[in-house]
Amino acid sequence: MEISSILLQLLGGFGKSMGIYFLTLLFSLPLGMLVALGRMSKKPLVRGPIIFYISLMRGTPLMLQLIFVYYMPYALFGWTLSPGWRFYAVIIAFVINYAAYFAEIFRSGIQSVPTGQYEAADVLGYSRRQTFMGIILPQVIKRILPSVTNEIITLVKDTSLAFAIAYVEMFTIAKQIVARESNLVALIVAGLFYYVFNYAVAAVMNRFEKKLSYYKI
Amino acid sequence: MSVLEIKNIVKSFGGKTVLKDISLSVEKGEVVAIIGPSGSGKSTLLRCATLLEKMNGGTLSYGDLQVVTAGPDGKSIYADKDIIKQAKQRFGLVFQNFNLFPHRNVLQNIIDAPIKVQMRNRDEVTAEAMELLQKMDLADRGDAYPCELSGGQQQRVSIARALAMKPEVLFFDEPTSALDPELTQGVLRTIKALAELKMTMVIVTHEMAFARDVADRVVFMDQGFIVEEGAPEDVIGNPKSERTKAFLSIFKD
Ligand SMILES: Nc1ncnc2c1ncn2[C@@H]1O[C@H](COP(=O)(O)OP(=O)(O)OP(=O)(O)O)[C@@H](O)[C@H]1O
Ligand SMILES: [Mg+2]
Repeated sequence: MEISSILLQLLGGFGKSMGIYFLTLLFSLPLGMLVALGRMSKKPLVRGPIIFYISLMRGTPLMLQLIFVYYMPYALFGWTLSPGWRFYAVIIAFVINYAAYFAEIFRSGIQSVPTGQYEAADVLGYSRRQTFMGIILPQVIKRILPSVTNEIITLVKDTSLAFAIAYVEMFTIAKQIVARESNLVALIVAGLFYYVFNYAVAAVMNRFEKKLSYYKI
Repeated sequence: MSVLEIKNIVKSFGGKTVLKDISLSVEKGEVVAIIGPSGSGKSTLLRCATLLEKMNGGTLSYGDLQVVTAGPDGKSIYADKDIIKQAKQRFGLVFQNFNLFPHRNVLQNIIDAPIKVQMRNRDEVTAEAMELLQKMDLADRGDAYPCELSGGQQQRVSIARALAMKPEVLFFDEPTSALDPELTQGVLRTIKALAELKMTMVIVTHEMAFARDVADRVVFMDQGFIVEEGAPEDVIGNPKSERTKAFLSIFKD
């Protein structure tokens, strides 16, 4: 098999991997913020289940969660699993897993803003919404950027776990090619794709951090 | 009518009563200094007056605005949101550790609340802010960030930020305690200048010479009570109570 054909196949798979990547970020970041706010709720009935959810997501393997979500409609309702379901199962599993991790990052970021900031805002008459959006959140973003960078670099690599339910993204394709060709070219190329993409992610995040370095906390 | 009127405040944390029946009223243009040992409840009193802390008993009003009334049992009843919101426009608070917003430059720190909370015109507010910075000797630091300023400069910015809201009374909680000795004088001079402009102020301070110099009235607090109050010459110069004498003796050297 020609290298160009390998490249082309992997590129198609890479598109799928990117689909997982960006959709997961799109949904898990806002969901993570909601979960973080719920985690800090004063109501035990809100906080309790959320603490349990977070510990479950962080305490069990993502691959297990993925397979669990995939088979759930069958196990619960006896529905046959359509091929299209794989994609949704991947997105759902990744979103709820990453939301839990992001929630903990957001929570620690929010709690690290000194209470004096809230008090100054309160005395100046800002509403709760104005205080959070205009004063707390910008400082939270600066504080959590390094941890978020770690997490979203891990996510690039985690997209390969989708192979566990036979969703055809780049890693699944690379594995098939390797088995067929009995050489490692496809795996090396796939590795390069992951590496280069992560390099770009790190560079972008680095630029964000630099942009926010105009002030110290 | 008093700018600020506090009657019979009681405040406890858990089972511990920190303010026990404190009453204080402040007239327009008056400067009141609050002194007293650590833990006597000075900060708690300011925090109740600025609505950062909820009092358990007693009443609070700003001019004609009854913010906290008392039920027949003396327990505090807070007015509705609208009144609270109006009341917050009547006072300002300067914190011991400034609490400037680190992600905003000096000018933004000052103009943001008047624009976003009071809905005032940006150009007008900016012009006033520049004038305030001029008075604070910070005319050229408008685009500096708090982290680039000395503690004394930060505190003067926070005073400017409070003044930009045009409060009727300004509270200070130990405004120079977080500063190196060589930086306190600049801040104290700023406050004295405000006193000369007849700004109504309530100042918690450990600077006795300063209290004596600027205050019209000195209040000595101990263990949640006002033990003694009156003109600075009396309370600081010639205290009647043994507790006041004991407290002031620490400062004589
Ligand atoms: N949030 C709180 N929870 C529990 N106790 C508190 C709280 N805030 C203050 N206290 C207690 O209330 C008492 C009075 O505290 P406060 O800070 O008002 O004293 P202060 O006169 O301002 O002292 P200092 O001169 O040290 O600033 C102290 O015993 C303090 O431990
Ligand atoms: Mg205090």
